[in-house]
Amino acid sequence: MSQLLKVAEAAAHGVTESATHTAQHAAHAATPSLSLLGDNLPALAIVVPLLAAPLVALMIRPALAWSLAALAGLTTLAVTGGLLARVLDSGPIVYAVGGWAGPWGIEYRIDTLSAGMLVLVAGIGAVSLLYARASVAREIPPARASLFYSLMLLCLTGLLGMCISGDVFNVFVFLEISSLSSYALIGLGSTRRAFTAAFNYLILGTIGATFYVIGIGLLYMMTGSLNMADLATLVPAQMDTTTVQMAIAFLAVGLSLKAALFPLHLWLPNAYAYAPSVVTAFLAATATKVSIYVLVRFVFTVFGGTGLLVLEGPLGLSAGTLICVLALAGVVVASLSAIYQEDAKRLLAYSSVAQVGYMLLGVGLASPAGLSAGLIHVFNHALIKFALFLAVGAVVWRTGSAHMAALAGAGKRMPWTMAAFVIAGLSLIGVPGTVGFVSKWMLLQAALAQQLWLVAGLILFTSLLAVVYVWKMIEAAYFRPVPEGGPEIAEAPLSLRLPLWLVALACIYFGLDASGPVGIAETATRTLLEGGA
Amino acid sequence: MKRHSILRVTAKFFIPPIMLFALYVQFHGDFGPGGGFQAGVIFAAAVILYALLFGRARTEKVLPLPVLRALAASGVLLYAGVGVVDMLLGGAFLDYSVMAHDPHHGQHYGILLVELGVGMTVFAIMSLIFLSFAGRKR
Repeated sequence: MSQLLKVAEAAAHGVTESATHTAQHAAHAATPSLSLLGDNLPALAIVVPLLAAPLVALMIRPALAWSLAALAGLTTLAVTGGLLARVLDSGPIVYAVGGWAGPWGIEYRIDTLSAGMLVLVAGIGAVSLLYARASVAREIPPARASLFYSLMLLCLTGLLGMCISGDVFNVFVFLEISSLSSYALIGLGSTRRAFTAAFNYLILGTIGATFYVIGIGLLYMMTGSLNMADLATLVPAQMDTTTVQMAIAFLAVGLSLKAALFPLHLWLPNAYAYAPSVVTAFLAATATKVSIYVLVRFVFTVFGGTGLLVLEGPLGLSAGTLICVLALAGVVVASLSAIYQEDAKRLLAYSSVAQVGYMLLGVGLASPAGLSAGLIHVFNHALIKFALFLAVGAVVWRTGSAHMAALAGAGKRMPWTMAAFVIAGLSLIGVPGTVGFVSKWMLLQAALAQQLWLVAGLILFTSLLAVVYVWKMIEAAYFRPVPEGGPEIAEAPLSLRLPLWLVALACIYFGLDASGPVGIAETATRTLLEGGA
Repeated sequence: MKRHSILRVTAKFFIPPIMLFALYVQFHGDFGPGGGFQAGVIFAAAVILYALLFGRARTEKVLPLPVLRALAASGVLLYAGVGVVDMLLGGAFLDYSVMAHDPHHGQHYGILLVELGVGMTVFAIMSLIFLSFAGRKR
């Protein structure tokens, strides 16, 4: 936490101090009276989990800590829901933190895309916290439970902050808040391997964050600004300089590392496999997605959009093509690796790397249809992977293991859990009527519209690979005999099954009526493409 | 450690001025170089120096680990709490101007309180990190 404060303070000094000296009177608004629930809603989305985290850390009894954490999670969800409603109703919101107007002060800037991401992250955070009580009681020593909830809330704060902030350095601060807390959360896993997994992620994540900060440092050097909207107007004049091109390179590599784009995904499988079940579910559904969001933000809002992606680089290869090639290579390699895994959590982790490929494939296509498909897959895959990891978490709760052998016979003994697992598994493959179908269909259409037959073929081929690895788990759960002589295994408790079913039903609901998320993704795409050029 | 009398005597001379200097850096931070983070680290350095020479047990009599944990959380609470008070008074989050009749005084109080929060947390976390590593058995 001390490092957290260091970066927070560095932010305060770097940004507000220059503001105080250069434009003290110009920048500070004349303090109009703001109402708490109306005008301060953007701040509340961050403040509620941020304030709840230290309070939860002070609670000694796990039950009390959980109640407060869950309450904070639900409140945050309500706040972000209010923000989304307001953005859809009356357009983007700009909020000046501390009353210091941008580009000197830190601005929160919420458009349709960031509001959608906020609701997604807050929703997953709230459901994770509801699910956490039983799971944490089983996997985390009681003495550490309150610290665990506190870390979950800090991680949620960081991820929400990355989505809400319109200031690139502030995004770095929130990135560090979420990363540092997630390293600690992964390290709390029940086996000793969790330490090495967390340490690996710590090293690679820190390299990613350092690259990001070098990138924004170079941008600051050329433009003197850290505000995204301000950068968007200042960067085009400097686009031909080597410094800005280096900045783009550092930012792209740093953020791709955090997003686990192939071949920078090596930290991910072990981190997801050995983390506590709730942490795996929460991070799998949010962390990489938020990094993709920041990458999209930079490409389209700061660097002017598709122009950057179609620009011809060395060897006649454009950045968009490069992203497509890496994304597709990632989908194929990670799907093949997933097939050979014997641990359900590791298998699903490799599948996550593959799915990140689909999302970035959409971005790399550099067309409105492709970008919408990529964004909608961010939402859909978050739901799917969340449901799958919650189901595996319920199996781990009963059997203590996520190995294929532990899944054997689970279909008979845990029918409700496994039914939800099957629904989410079908979504992962992309069966019609589920969310997975919506995004794959849109992605396929985007590829066909550009007559990229090979890309379309690979999307279909890799869906078959998904059939293989999902079937591997379903076969273990339904067609392998119940091991004899083992302990009697019953259905998971209701407090685990209810959140799981909520998410599984969402997988079907948004598969049948995708108009809500698709509408948001299309509006967001329009804003991104207009805002860029 | 009984033999190192020079170290022990020198440390006893040094620890109070180190703590005093930390407080100077803390409360002078709004005028000159310094602030909560630096002050917290300097204050923790005094505690760590004491722990190095007189042992962890005696240090924990003065600063039990649960107290340090509570202090770490309270620092963040103070920081965020100032922001919430600002919002309740009708300003934006961390807009200190609303904290007094004169906005300049408001800014002054606000930054002092926030930096105090930073100082508390940094001091507590630095000491906690040292004491928990020092307390690990092989």
